[in-house]
Amino acid sequence: MIRLWWPTATLLLWAFFALFGGLMGLAPNHIDLPKILLDPGADAWLGYDDLGRPLWDRLVAGAQTSFVVAVVVVFLSSIIGTVIGAVSAYKGGWLDHLIVRIIDIFLAFPGILLAIALAGLLGPGINNVIIALSVVGWVGFARLARAQVLTIKHREHIQAAHSLGTRPARIIIYHILPLIMAPLIVEATFAVAGAVISEAGLSFLGLGVQPPEASWGSMIRDGARYLLVAPHMVLVPGVMLMLVVLAVNLLGDQLRDRLDVHGRQRDK
Amino acid sequence: MLSFLFSRLASALFVIFGVTCLVFLFLHMVPGDPVEVMLGESAQPADREALRHALGLDQPLLTQFGQYMGNLLQLDLGKSLYSQRPIVDMLIERIPATVQLAVSSLVVAVLIAFPLGVLAAVKKDSHWDQGAMGLSLIGVSIPNFLMGPILILVFSLWLGWFPVSGRDGFVSLILPALTLGTAMAAILSRMVRATLLETLNEDYIRTARAKGLSERLIVWRHAMRNAMLPVITLLGLQLGVLLGGAVITEVVFSWPGLGQLTIESIQRRDYPVVQACVLVISLTYVVVNTLTDLVYGWLDPRIRLEQG
Repeated sequence: MIRLWWPTATLLLWAFFALFGGLMGLAPNHIDLPKILLDPGADAWLGYDDLGRPLWDRLVAGAQTSFVVAVVVVFLSSIIGTVIGAVSAYKGGWLDHLIVRIIDIFLAFPGILLAIALAGLLGPGINNVIIALSVVGWVGFARLARAQVLTIKHREHIQAAHSLGTRPARIIIYHILPLIMAPLIVEATFAVAGAVISEAGLSFLGLGVQPPEASWGSMIRDGARYLLVAPHMVLVPGVMLMLVVLAVNLLGDQLRDRLDVHGRQRDK
Repeated sequence: MLSFLFSRLASALFVIFGVTCLVFLFLHMVPGDPVEVMLGESAQPADREALRHALGLDQPLLTQFGQYMGNLLQLDLGKSLYSQRPIVDMLIERIPATVQLAVSSLVVAVLIAFPLGVLAAVKKDSHWDQGAMGLSLIGVSIPNFLMGPILILVFSLWLGWFPVSGRDGFVSLILPALTLGTAMAAILSRMVRATLLETLNEDYIRTARAKGLSERLIVWRHAMRNAMLPVITLLGLQLGVLLGGAVITEVVFSWPGLGQLTIESIQRRDYPVVQACVLVISLTYVVVNTLTDLVYGWLDPRIRLEQG
């Protein structure tokens, strides 16, 4: 448990920046021309970017972007995906066949490619980033929920509920979902890391939030042009991004070990 | 074997068809009037009508789809709005660069992931294991668009060993391949570790140990052979991470491949080219995955008997 303090602290800091960054009196879009590309120093402890904007302020503003995108995307895609996957497995038949086929089609787009194409077609902006990532994100949850429901749908308590005339929606929500929650929570944790990377990736490609709004991805993209003279422009958002993703992944690993039913049985 | 072959091919064909449908619909997902978005607001009405007609957007959706599929079967992907060149020619120009990058990244990934994964599995729960898995976790947490600039900063700008960007000889390949390869190695090494650990728990390994065989012989001769089978499938699946990640890596290093073309075309609102790129990259992925499945089925009779 001791090893979890720094991931937890990192994530709390991230959430704090996102939720209260607006109250910190920062000026992420304030341009101060004489301070262009200034190194970190006494004046501003993380330095300035190519337009003379303070990197610390932009880092906090970027935390807001990534937090909002990650939370909304994982919320939307976990709910949509779980419902689709659970209903598909519970109902079975042609509906299940159809949904499996649709999932296969979405999985045929490698990695972030579909999100890139969708974000590119929809145009930049935080809403379109959320749409693009959710359209891609539900698939993982649907596949997992479907697999989980398939393994437990023949259990006796579910058949009992069914024979008592309980409606399918009620069975899924009260009798099935609680049993498949653990792996879904683990999946959601890793999905947060994925969403943070994807948002930054899209913004890096110029398909995410629009300037002057800050995103860690677009900060890295701007900084890449000044690597030699001002490496802090890449390193500041880069290290922050890495720490947040690493923290989420570590927590996900821990959660998986703790919640994994098989793991617990093996320990006995 | 034959029924396994047919069922795999049939589902692959279905997925290919579905992917093509989705890519076809891309133009209709553009908010507002795609022609106006592509040509800009200042375009002449006559030019707009001409493009609308050229893209078939003035036809009913089903007719459009029929034409699109018909053209596709004749390998006619239309013309680029930006350069007016046939898209097929543009793709053919770009494909070698992407294939070169993907294959070398795969080699890098395998060269890193196998020793790391085997080390971690053999010395399970030791410092070696923790170190290797910690390294892989850090690797997973560094995205390509961060790893790339960091490698450029250290090896190109500070040490001056490799060019910053572009595709000019073998040296220019090293940094992009490292960027993409390490990302994949991070995931792959965990999978190698997991499958090898599972295999090392098998009864026949205990038998081999009881016979007094050396640990090296047990791991490399007995366990690895069986552990490699699932890894082959995982390699096929990981190709998705590779092809998707290649898009960003190509942009970071100005590597003139399909990914860079995709992003350039998005920026130029040259949507027919975007469609073609996404289609080619995705279909490659589907084909490679189907092939890995078939190879797997051929190598391991249990698979084809189960599914067939």
